[in-house]
Amino acid sequence: MKKLSLLGLLGLVLRRDLLLAMRRRADVLTTLIFFVMVVSLFPLGVGPEIDMLRKMASGVVWVAALLASMLSLPRMFSADYADGTLEQMMLAPQSLSVLVLGKIAAHWMLSGLPLALIAPVLGLQFDMSVPALWILVIALLLGTPVLSMIGAVGAALTLGLRGGGVLVSLLVLPLCIPVLIFGAGAVEAVNSGMSVVSNLSFLGAFMLFALVFTPFVAAQALRISME
Amino acid sequence: MLEVGNLACSRGDHRLFSGLCFTLQPGQIMQVQGANGSGKTSLLRTLCGFLQPDEGEILWRGKLVGDLGEDYYAELLYLGHLNAIKDELNALENLQMSAGLAGYTVTEKQAVAALRRMGLQRREHLPVKVLSQGQRRRVALARLLTSDAHLWILDEPLTALDVGAVGLMQELIGEHLSKGGMAIFTTHQPLQVAGVETRQLSLS
Repeated sequence: MKKLSLLGLLGLVLRRDLLLAMRRRADVLTTLIFFVMVVSLFPLGVGPEIDMLRKMASGVVWVAALLASMLSLPRMFSADYADGTLEQMMLAPQSLSVLVLGKIAAHWMLSGLPLALIAPVLGLQFDMSVPALWILVIALLLGTPVLSMIGAVGAALTLGLRGGGVLVSLLVLPLCIPVLIFGAGAVEAVNSGMSVVSNLSFLGAFMLFALVFTPFVAAQALRISME
Repeated sequence: MLEVGNLACSRGDHRLFSGLCFTLQPGQIMQVQGANGSGKTSLLRTLCGFLQPDEGEILWRGKLVGDLGEDYYAELLYLGHLNAIKDELNALENLQMSAGLAGYTVTEKQAVAALRRMGLQRREHLPVKVLSQGQRRRVALARLLTSDAHLWILDEPLTALDVGAVGLMQELIGEHLSKGGMAIFTTHQPLQVAGVETRQLSLS
């Protein structure tokens, strides 16, 4: 019998969550379709005023991404909680934080990554310039992992509560405001001809900061929820 | 060796048990008895570290389990009321995943052999959601065959099992004990392991 290393376990959780998502595709598509719909409704509602659309583009995309990533958060741990897998994860002979990190990574690949990849297509509806589209994708790639990581803490804290879905949004959305500000700010900076480095650096810093702390905090929150 | 000293546990304001002491040596098996709501599951969950006891200590090989942490978990196998299997995965994938979460890998051959022994021939590649309750329980129990954990903590392992599977469970526990393993379980059905005296612990 071969023992599993820390990285092996991380890979296993990641593979498992992706496999489960492939068998249950509707959940993944819900997030993506919600994002596409919300972003597409704005040009229709606002009308064909190019200048106004161009100005609001980054804000709309970011707010929609934020809301879309909230959609799938309540499901992050609830299925594992309901069928007892979470109990087994706590008894894993490796740190629970690593398992949580695996689940966060899977959540991001299924919610954040598709949004970032489809965002340029949606950005065209707002007549965004090509450099702005590039920065939008980079900012989303840096920012959406933070949403998944902060979201994991919220999801773990509200696990097993009735109406947890609403509560998790109330908990998590205020904490995501800095990501929204700097993410949208990066695209604004391109449009006004300023350097985007500071905005992207802030997003990167948020990501690293969250990477260090949130898996541990979420793991502790899960332990409390299991009592 | 598992030693429990002066253990007390409560849920909310209700004290379930207090002053609980017992020692479990290699090769021993213990049944926790008591009426519904007497704290059997809470005791087992406390032993797993899901619940913090109000008082008392739990020692594994002479060390506090809280200090051992992951080293203790490596030697522990817990099977709760919930099967911890995924409807979307097939029996084979479920077994390999749960082995992975327990920190080791099993080859497909080992996993198939374990499932066959649990009476799941030709069911290995079916999604678990099409299996019956008893068959799902068998998939969960197949973990016992692939694990090399010393301490088995089984909460109602016999629910939904037919007579044949109960016999198989007795056989499995017997093999585990003969290898120097230990087992604690709760059940409302008779479970006798041949040649080993089952110790009783009554919660009231």
